[in-house]
Amino acid sequence: MSPPRRPLLAALGGLAAMPATRLRAQNALGGRTIRIGVLTDMSGPYRDPTGMGSVACVQQAVADFAGALGLSAEVIQADHQNRPDIGSSIARQWYDQGVDAIVDVPTTSVALAVSTIARQKNKVFLNSGAASTELTGAACSPNTAHWAYDTYMLAKGTGAAVTRTGGESWFFVTADYAFGTVLQRDVTQFVEAEGGRVLGSVRYPFPATTDFSSFLLQAQASRAKVLGLANAGTDTANCIIQAREFGLTRRMRLVGLLMSLSEVHALGLPAAQELLLTESFYWDLNERSRAFAERVQPRMPNRAMPGAVHAGCYSAVAHYLKAAAALGPAVTQLDGAAVIAGMKAMPTDDDAFGPGRLREDGRKLHPAHLFQVKSPEESRGPWDYYKPVATTAAENAFRPIQEGGCPLVRSPAL
Amino acid sequence: MAAPGGFSGTDFRKEEAYFLGFTQAQVMAFVVLIAFLLISPFFLYPVFLMKLLCFALFACAFNLLVGYVGLLSFGHAAYFGMGGYLTGHAAKVWGLPPELSILLGGLVGAALGLVIGWIAIRRQGIYFAMITLAFAQMVYFFCVQAPFTGGEDGIQSIPRGYFLGFLDLSRDLNMYWLTAGVFLAGFLLIHRIVHSPFGMVLKSIRENEPRATSLGYRTDDYKLMAFVLSAGLAGVAGGLKSIVFGIATLTDVFWTMSGEVVLMSLVGGLGTIFGPFVGAAVIITMQNYLAEFGAWVTVIQGAIFVLCVLAFRRGLVGEIGNWLRVRL
Repeated sequence: MSPPRRPLLAALGGLAAMPATRLRAQNALGGRTIRIGVLTDMSGPYRDPTGMGSVACVQQAVADFAGALGLSAEVIQADHQNRPDIGSSIARQWYDQGVDAIVDVPTTSVALAVSTIARQKNKVFLNSGAASTELTGAACSPNTAHWAYDTYMLAKGTGAAVTRTGGESWFFVTADYAFGTVLQRDVTQFVEAEGGRVLGSVRYPFPATTDFSSFLLQAQASRAKVLGLANAGTDTANCIIQAREFGLTRRMRLVGLLMSLSEVHALGLPAAQELLLTESFYWDLNERSRAFAERVQPRMPNRAMPGAVHAGCYSAVAHYLKAAAALGPAVTQLDGAAVIAGMKAMPTDDDAFGPGRLREDGRKLHPAHLFQVKSPEESRGPWDYYKPVATTAAENAFRPIQEGGCPLVRSPAL
Repeated sequence: MAAPGGFSGTDFRKEEAYFLGFTQAQVMAFVVLIAFLLISPFFLYPVFLMKLLCFALFACAFNLLVGYVGLLSFGHAAYFGMGGYLTGHAAKVWGLPPELSILLGGLVGAALGLVIGWIAIRRQGIYFAMITLAFAQMVYFFCVQAPFTGGEDGIQSIPRGYFLGFLDLSRDLNMYWLTAGVFLAGFLLIHRIVHSPFGMVLKSIRENEPRATSLGYRTDDYKLMAFVLSAGLAGVAGGLKSIVFGIATLTDVFWTMSGEVVLMSLVGGLGTIFGPFVGAAVIITMQNYLAEFGAWVTVIQGAIFVLCVLAFRRGLVGEIGNWLRVRL
């Protein structure tokens, strides 16, 4: 046995003892400080559109509003690694140890789990990163609000707007799991409502597919005008790059059904140019969004521009703090449902999304914008990526409240 | 695969059984374990401890196969995850009580283990590992598509219910005692299996399978039996986890979960009774308490894995045992 092992063993023992002391240190805090936990993906596929950028935006919201509203607020953060078990155990622990609101939480399975826990413990969950309409549908909760975007908004914003602007025949390349198939179904509905046709679709096995050539060739053979990519993350990026290599983009318009600014940034304009996508926020949209982006950019990782989910975190926390100030910190910490009710009662207004409101089922309403990615020649500099094509008004952008099946909504017809 | 644990050729003074098949050192370690289980919920966060115990049971089940029979399965997530799904479905949709649901999870794990094991044990080494991995991936794709699993959303809001109809498990401390009880039962069962005549045959297969065959043992039957027991216990661990957290998702059937249990067993010490518990404790603690460091969690995990493989070949418990010259 060589000598260095004993000190190494001792060091590992020390590592195991460390967390206990950390915990006690956290317990000593609390009091009348509102504690906001950002639970997000810092190491997985969603770390750029969410991740540390979300933390930066929550800190920005606290800096902009907490002091002015006479509140003291503290921001903590954790990586849920896209795993519901890790995410839900952190959420439980946070809520039990004095965190008042959890923000962001990309990945639907984790978000649904956190929503359940927030309801059990009567705390607040401000979702921005997860896309599922389930959160404001059958699984809606008086303790949960859903900001930024959802799959319905993406499907409607893209499907209807693209069809109306001349893309009347579609072909889908779809990831074969619930998210992909639901997205394709929703978009198909809006395409057909606008008089368009779906010429065909192909499902590929998820998550094991990296070579999309055979699916893209099928799409090409269909002679459809629009290629809809009902997938996300690296799959979408791979599809776009391979479609360009096969020359599909010469005859078809590429539509990313779930794309974000950071993904366009990662792809680069030469690959992503002319792509159509729907977002609820873009930093260069108007005077106020530019002002917000300028304020938060120094805090962002790699001085990136904030994306829609980031802006959603900012807007949600800003509105939460306003409601908390109206109720007072004591009630805020005691009764999460009361804070959410307070948030629904007052209109929202912030630099990221402008004026809007939080609906009864927990859905935040704001306009959805269809963008086209600029070509490298059109772009004036870093992060100048989008040109607006069409806008869907806030009241029409999201699923009508009666269709969601949220038990919180009292139906006037019945 | 070569004899894990590396005990052959080491001289142990306290080889002989001392109490119920435990050596003296094991009895002491067991007393420490019991004391830890009794005292810890009053100092540490119970939900974290429950998670630790679920994974510890999973790692113990895995260790039964790799540590004592020398079969490296790379598909244990399938039994763990399916156990979790079935328990969740039984508790939520069929409305069964938690104890029956967990039992059902174990049975499903064992049944799946019987089918996959029956095919996999016909090959050795890397081929065995690959067959188990291939089947686990099939189970994963089944779970992505099957309607009852809820696809990538998983089964959510699984009720904890009442244990035996009266103990309210929605209170964390009650849930903890049940979890600790199930873990201890599984732990003692594995200890009993390992120290039974059946377990002796398993170890002889690990050391030299042709020789065991030449002595007249039908080694395939023994290997299959061990495989089914291991898969069944993994199913129980998965079921317990889905009751504790109220969710059953694809994470538990994905191949990374199979890798994680290998990591836990290696860090703790293959072929030691207490190793998997210690390994699970180290890995789960890191996942839980280093979460705020973001991407560094996986880097630190990787570094610890490399450190263990390079410096502590026998795993933490194996090294401590070797240092104290006792079998743990």
